[in-house]
Amino acid sequence: MPQLQLYQSLMPKLDRDTVLAEKLAQALSRVAQFRDREAFATLFDHFAPRIKYFLMRKGSNAEQAEDLVQEAMIAIWSKAALYSPEKGSVATWAFTVARNLRIDRLRRERAQLYETLEDFDAEDETPSAHESLARAQEDTAVSRALAQIPEEQRQLLILSYVDDVPQSEIAQRLKIPLGTVKSRMRLGYQRLRKILEQIS
Amino acid sequence: MNLSHHLDDATLLALASGTIAHAHGIVAASHVALCPACAKALRNAEAIGGGLLAEGELEPVSDMARAATLASLDGVAPAQRKPVRKSELPAALDHALGGLNLDQIKWKKKAPGVALFDVPMPKGSTSALKLLSIGPGRVMPEHGHGGEELTMVLKGSYTDHMGTFGPGDVADLDDTVEHTPVADSGETCICLVAVEAPTRFKSVWARLFQPFVGI
Repeated sequence: MPQLQLYQSLMPKLDRDTVLAEKLAQALSRVAQFRDREAFATLFDHFAPRIKYFLMRKGSNAEQAEDLVQEAMIAIWSKAALYSPEKGSVATWAFTVARNLRIDRLRRERAQLYETLEDFDAEDETPSAHESLARAQEDTAVSRALAQIPEEQRQLLILSYVDDVPQSEIAQRLKIPLGTVKSRMRLGYQRLRKILEQIS
Repeated sequence: MNLSHHLDDATLLALASGTIAHAHGIVAASHVALCPACAKALRNAEAIGGGLLAEGELEPVSDMARAATLASLDGVAPAQRKPVRKSELPAALDHALGGLNLDQIKWKKKAPGVALFDVPMPKGSTSALKLLSIGPGRVMPEHGHGGEELTMVLKGSYTDHMGTFGPGDVADLDDTVEHTPVADSGETCICLVAVEAPTRFKSVWARLFQPFVGI
């Protein structure tokens, strides 16, 4: 629809990102309700290359990353009905699905630590329109906030979340005390939390 | 549950990003399971991962992998919600103990009124997880920490200069803190304690128990 594209190109980036996040949320909901393969393909095309990038930054080679991407996407297909906006945006949920799979692969024996974190969410709550919209805005708000926090805080969050470096190792690498690593990360997080609390 | 001692934000970030040491992760996840405030804070911390993923770069996925994924969907059943668990222990700890409950623990006596159990960890863990049982009225010696230590009370309570810690409360301590916990509730206090692996910080348990057993 060229008219829609034109309209979207005139919209501020924030709104466009919110439209995208809503589209992904709708696709996930269609997978959950109708096992809709076309909706799943939309999710695959959006998330698979992003998850693969994350995995490669964390040290997987291309082949391992591609295997794990497939597993993560199949987990998204299988767990779609377990998603609720309580868990955060669709991107946040996709992040946790990929994180959990990767860590369980690394730790194997008796290690389903992150799976246990999936157990206690509120069940089957029908999200209000307000809540769904808040979730759709969440990724954009977080990205914008990440762009606004001081570089020294953002750098540490990226080392943790993208590159998978433990805090003690960050301290060694950057030759700063562990206490400083933690306090910078806390500051970045507190800023983001304020923003998230405003929109939800 | 009304808890008064919570996880440090830096610990929540380590849990959310997936970089937390395994033993510390089990203690943190056990607290989160009991503490709605920390559960909400964890979701906010996970949103950082979502934001970075959403904004992140793309690494093209092969057509073969895409086709293989789409072709395998029919064989994949929808995941079911897990049944409500019967264990009295938080799920992460229940898992780590392989379903044992606290009455079935084979304690190793370390000193009068003090016993210890090593929770098995996956191979190659950089952290160790212990159950610690402190008899009523027993005083732990003042001790600092060689490395990061995360403790959650499972039963009973103890008091130190930071206050009283009851079931579900966590003491999230780094190596700068010294404290002298007293099991003061008239019942045995059972704690779950994550420490950095002994290979990295040999002194932790030595220091902790030295006054009792002279290790």
